[in-house]
Amino acid sequence: MKYVMLVYQGDAQERQAALSDEEREQVHADYQGITEMPGVTSMPPLGPAQNATTVRVEGGRTLTTDGPFAGMKEAVGSVFVLEADDLDAAIEVAARVPAARYGGAVEIRPSEVYW
Amino acid sequence: MVAGLDQVFREEWGRVLAVLVGFLGDFDLAEEAAQEAFALAADRWPRDGVPANPRAWLITTARNRATDRIRRDRVRTAKYGLLDTREHVEEPVEASAFPDERLELIFTCCHPALALEAQVALTLRALGGLTTDEIARAFLVPERTMAQRLVRAKRKIKAAAIPFRVPPPHLLRERLDAVLAVVYLIFNEGYGGRNELAAEAIWLGRALAELLPDDPEVRGLLALMLLHDSRREARFDGGELVLLADQDRSRWDTGQIAAGRAELDRALALGGRGPYVLQAAIASLHTEVPCDWAQIAALCGQLGRLTGSPVVELERAIAVAEAEGPEAGLRIVDGLGLDDFRYLHSTRAELLRRLGRVDEAREAFRRAIRLTGDGAERRFLERRLTELARTTP
Repeated sequence: MKYVMLVYQGDAQERQAALSDEEREQVHADYQGITEMPGVTSMPPLGPAQNATTVRVEGGRTLTTDGPFAGMKEAVGSVFVLEADDLDAAIEVAARVPAARYGGAVEIRPSEVYW
Repeated sequence: MVAGLDQVFREEWGRVLAVLVGFLGDFDLAEEAAQEAFALAADRWPRDGVPANPRAWLITTARNRATDRIRRDRVRTAKYGLLDTREHVEEPVEASAFPDERLELIFTCCHPALALEAQVALTLRALGGLTTDEIARAFLVPERTMAQRLVRAKRKIKAAAIPFRVPPPHLLRERLDAVLAVVYLIFNEGYGGRNELAAEAIWLGRALAELLPDDPEVRGLLALMLLHDSRREARFDGGELVLLADQDRSRWDTGQIAAGRAELDRALALGGRGPYVLQAAIASLHTEVPCDWAQIAALCGQLGRLTGSPVVELERAIAVAEAEGPEAGLRIVDGLGLDDFRYLHSTRAELLRRLGRVDEAREAFRRAIRLTGDGAERRFLERRLTELARTTP
């Protein structure tokens, strides 16, 4: 199974900023560890949500709005692709993402081929 | 219909479906094939007689149907590529050749990636063999809503690859607790009056105890459900709620109480001290005459420490009030932050009434009534309030 893992930062970055140097190093090491796990394909990190632009097209007109997609309360912080046997394996990897434990979340989407 | 055929279907549905899901790796396909096999059995067995090994017959027939279907449908064959290499089995094999995979099935149905309401519906459909319509009626939702719920859940199981397996040891406790929670939720839905759901939950509890004979919490839950259910007939009198102390004990099901206590003894012998075992122990004490309230209070204390639940603390307050007097109970009640919980106010009202603090009792009854929807519970509270008014000048 191929899963797309969406990492939501929530309050995680603020809370991580308040950590001790040692704890912060652990967070970096954990992210590094996930990047290097077999089955993981990392993507370039996403910039902060404030810099996002959302594009929609309505009736042929392109509508550009400042900020992330308003339908979501939280913005996606980063994305990686995981090749795993099943959802339980994906959940275990998601739980290792530091954002998940600092008030953020990881959304797991089974990858789908639409065309 | 052959006598007992319903019973055979009931017993076999979960087992047959589990084997098929395991074999086919596809919930929908397995369900369709199982349905066809059961329909065929309903048609043939009354005429030709029940085969020597009904389970093997059902599994073999369903499996052949499924492989035939896949062969016919080339598009599908491409999707379920692994299947067309399997041999078409003409001769029914021994039932023992098929492992019992109901545990795998129930862990799939109760996977935390599914919404709780979907877990409940799926468990009743897959393990209990209830039809979509039956489940819809039991939960008072339109059949279409329930059908969509089931379809969505099955789609997610497939799309997200929710595994069909007994979870590995490091996940087992947590996942088993989720399964038990689903079964208990089904029971509680039924306890409110829809008896068929309570019976269904007990049936599931028995199946779990058979599959995991050494887990004390599984036994504890079964004991708890049996003990609660044993008083079902006595809890209502002509549709009106009757308090434990006023219940007609001749209407308690003594056979079921004995069965519940036997399960509880087994759970305790297995070293069980978990939440379900403790609740079952409390329920067992409730069926004893005279009731050992001090012991109940002590068990509630243990349970409260395990669960951190203020509701359990309220139950402890009731036991303490019986053991030590209403004042001691009221002290605990007044320390609880459960302001919107109707049972807090109804309990307070009863304790205040016993203490002769009638005005406060009246106010507490009124608050409880405001928090209670229409039905037997509300009528009960209104009756208590009226009785209270009558006893005071």
